[in-house]
Order: sequence, then structure tokens, then C-alpha cells
Amino acid sequence: MSRKTLIPIGPYHPLQEEPELFKLYCDGEIVKDIKWETGYNHRGIEKLSESKTYDQVFFLVERICGICSTSHPFAFANAVEEIVGIEVTDRAKYIRSIIGELERIHSHLLWVGLAGHFLGYNTVFMWAWKYREPILDLFEMITGNRNSYAMFKVGGVRRDIENSRIAAIRGVMADVRKKTDLLAGAVMDDPVIHARTKGVGVLTRQDVIDYAAVGPTARASGVAIDVRKDDPYAAYPLVNWKVITAEGGDVFAKAEVRLLEMYESASIIEQCLDGLEKTKEGDINIKVNEIPEGIGTGRAEAPRGEVFHFVASDGSNSPARHKIRAPSYVNIATFKKSCIGQTIADATITLAAVDPCYCCTERMAAAYDISSGRKILNANELIDLSLRRTAQLRKSGAGHE
Amino acid sequence: MKATVTIKNISEKFYDDIVDISQDKTNRGVVTIKRGIITDVAEYLYKSEGYRFIIATAIHTRKGFEIYYHFSFDAEGLILSLHVILNMENPRIESLSNMFSASNWIEREMHELFGIDFLHHPNQEKLLSEGNWAEGVYPYRKEFK
Repeated sequence: MSRKTLIPIGPYHPLQEEPELFKLYCDGEIVKDIKWETGYNHRGIEKLSESKTYDQVFFLVERICGICSTSHPFAFANAVEEIVGIEVTDRAKYIRSIIGELERIHSHLLWVGLAGHFLGYNTVFMWAWKYREPILDLFEMITGNRNSYAMFKVGGVRRDIENSRIAAIRGVMADVRKKTDLLAGAVMDDPVIHARTKGVGVLTRQDVIDYAAVGPTARASGVAIDVRKDDPYAAYPLVNWKVITAEGGDVFAKAEVRLLEMYESASIIEQCLDGLEKTKEGDINIKVNEIPEGIGTGRAEAPRGEVFHFVASDGSNSPARHKIRAPSYVNIATFKKSCIGQTIADATITLAAVDPCYCCTERMAAAYDISSGRKILNANELIDLSLRRTAQLRKSGAGHE
Repeated sequence: MKATVTIKNISEKFYDDIVDISQDKTNRGVVTIKRGIITDVAEYLYKSEGYRFIIATAIHTRKGFEIYYHFSFDAEGLILSLHVILNMENPRIESLSNMFSASNWIEREMHELFGIDFLHHPNQEKLLSEGNWAEGVYPYRKEFK
């Protein structure tokens, strides 16, 4: 009987700086099986949402993820507006799409940088993060925040983009194109990156269908699904752009899809700015007095793929049930297919290739025992559980199983 | 439209086990079915019609445990939800995870949070709180007075 060595990555990821635990079961250098442990990030957001008003939920779901912080409010707005049955003004649609696409650019730049870092190519890491900075500055100019922009509300957006600022955004977009040329050149033509990423962590078309993977992970395997095109929302049906796909299904294909998507995002933003110039300043809101009873489903294409929100309303001022499915929830599960058979060094970049977002993936809460009404876990008990868990992990940690 | 056609096909194929059908918009539909035919209808959507499983939502209401299985037909931006109602005392339903892996995690999560049993699930262990949580306490259950 062969013995497998357990290589843990986590519970705190050394590079992505998020809590998760991948257990790689290896025979020599080769990964034979992989298990994922999660639950370190539970903040009970689905449950919390039921105790917030519809206006407050936007701020809550914005905090699900720091990187794609606008995609959750985007999907939630789509879901609630489906229940109410309204369509926002054209100007609000353009602003929503601009925010969504700026976010895609900065998220993809962040990923390209991290991927470079994973491969030991730190120049790409530093370049990508440097080029990401002007996008965050743009966010600060438009919304007042570098992250968690608080732009969305039922019926429109909270802040207008004044026409006097359009020129500045255009300037940054022109710059982004140039920098993307540079990065794409560095990544696509580099023989070392080819050697490290081509044919690594392949996800076939059938795997994508079986696991229902979404976003760049699916598009890199030739499955052309993109909510912006398939189930159009905001300003996406009003502008011209194309869905980027690749055929390889490997890490290289995923990088290619993301890099090329940045050009599309820049183009969408520029067309939306044209749209802003044609609409009236300040026309960004429709007043919504109450949310009727009913169910609504909202989707948005986050940088990592389809975000899905399901809202059940009972006619009160807060959701009766709010289900959130982040793209990483389905994408992370594909590791079972893409990592097995790889070497440990390749598995780390394969795990990073879906751009996993752990805080998106897990949400849960419990506070009271149903039968007795007693609070079953307080903060100290939770800390105690956490300490015990760490001790247990240290004990079992790396070694033979 | 695809939604109308699919709903019509489902209602003809599974006539006796359909409880309710609602279609508010052309690209959104909800079909309430009896729990016994969930695998048959899901198989029809996934294999014959090319739908993609998005996720499932469980809700604890006065009627019992309700599950919405959300399916997407991407070519037309359509979301079709299969809706089942399970009884309060002994909520259980056949697992879909033997057909597609996409439902594996969410069924484990619903089992963990609501205490719904998914029969013949390949691996119905806890997803989120393995070793960290009390047995038999289901945090998303509600207390109805």
C-alpha cells in the first residue's frame, strides 16, 4: 500500500493572504488527491441580510469581497429591481457599467500580478500592481473610496459622474491600454511563462459543464458564457464588445482571457462615457417606495464569473431570504479535476488560476440554540474553538497520513 | 421563447407531479414539483435541454423546507427554478450530485445549515464547519410561533 504525504497549504495562504486550507495528498512530487477545508471566514452574511433593510443590505453585500466589491451590490440591485419591476435610467446604467468594468480591470491586474508572483516572476507582480494604482485613484475620484464604493441602490446609483471628470477617466483608459500592451507582451511572449503555464492545470470543456464553472475559468476552456452578454443588464446591451474565449483550458489560457478582457473593459468604459455625455447630468435615480412580495433573481458578471443573488421578499422592508452564490464557490470545486496529477509546484499556480476568493465563498452564522433560546457560542467561545483548532492542526499538520 | 417551451415540455412529460407553474417574465420561470421527480426533471433539463445548474436556495418557512434549484439556459439568459417543498419533520430529497458535481457543495451546505438530508449524496459531510460546530444544531432554521 502506498503512503501519501500530506502537504497543507494554509490555513492561512502564504501568498493570497486569505484563510483556507488545501490539503494536497502527494505521492512523491505528484498530487494524487486534494481536499479543501473552509469556514474560517464565516460572517453570516446571508443571515445578517435578513435583519437589514434593503438599503442597508447594499453596504453589507459590498463587504462580502474587497476586490470585487461592486459585483455583489450589482447582482442584488438586479434581483430587487426584478421584484419591483423597474428599469433604471440610462445614465444610471452607464455609471453602473463603468464601475463594474473599472473593477474588472483592477481585479484582473491584481490577479496577473499575483500569478507572476506565484511563478517567481516578481517584475510582473510589481508592474501589474503599479498599473492598478491609477484605477484605484479613479475610484477615489468618482466614488470617494478606493474600495467598497457604495455606489448602488435600488432604482439607480448614489453618486453621479460629473461630465467634467470624463476627460480624466478617458486619460486613464488610454494609459491602461498601453500598460496592458506591455503586460500582455511580457506574459504572452515569455518562454519561461509558457513553460510554467501551458498544459498546466487543464480543465476540459466537459469538466466545466460538470462543475458548472463560470467566468474566465469557463471561458478559457472554450465555454462562451458571460452574463453581460447572455442575460444583459445595465448598459452592456447598449455598447459593442465581445466575449473573450480561449481553447486551452490551462493556466496560460486563463491568463490570456483575463488580459484580453481588460481591452474589452476599457472599450466598454469609453463607450459608456460617450453615453454619459449624451444623457442629462443628475438623472440617476428612480424613487422606489416599497418592495412588493415576490422572488427575484439577479446576476452580474464579476471579474471571477457569474454572481448570483436570489431574494425572496415578503413585502416587509428586509429580505425574507437572501441567497448569494459567488463565482469562486463553483470555480474552487474544479480543483478536483485540474490539480490531480500535477506536481506540487504546478498545483500552487493551478489553485491560483481560478482567482479564488475565499471570503466570497463562505457565509454562515448561528447564535442561538433553537430549543432553549440560549446563545450557544459567544466571542470567547469562538476564540477558544479557534485556538483549539490551531493546536489540533499543528499536531496533525504536515507529515504522513 | 425557450422558457415557455421548456415549461410546456416539463408539464407534458411530468403532468401528474407538477404542483404549480409561474412565469412572470419571458426569461424567468418557477416550476413547483413533487419531490419524488426532482432527479428526473433535473436530468431532463441538464442532459436533454442543456441547462446549467447555478445553485440551490433553501428556505425555512411555515410550509416546511422549500428548495429552489436554479438552472440557467445561457444562450437565452434564462433562469428556470425548480421548486420543491419538503415536510418540516423529516426533510429529505434525492441528491443531484451523482448527475453533476456542481450541486455537491451546496447540498452539503444545505444539509449543514438546514438539516435537510440528501439521499445517495456521494459525500454528505459538513462543508463549512467540519469539527467546529455542534452536531444537530442547524443555524438557518427558524423558530415559528
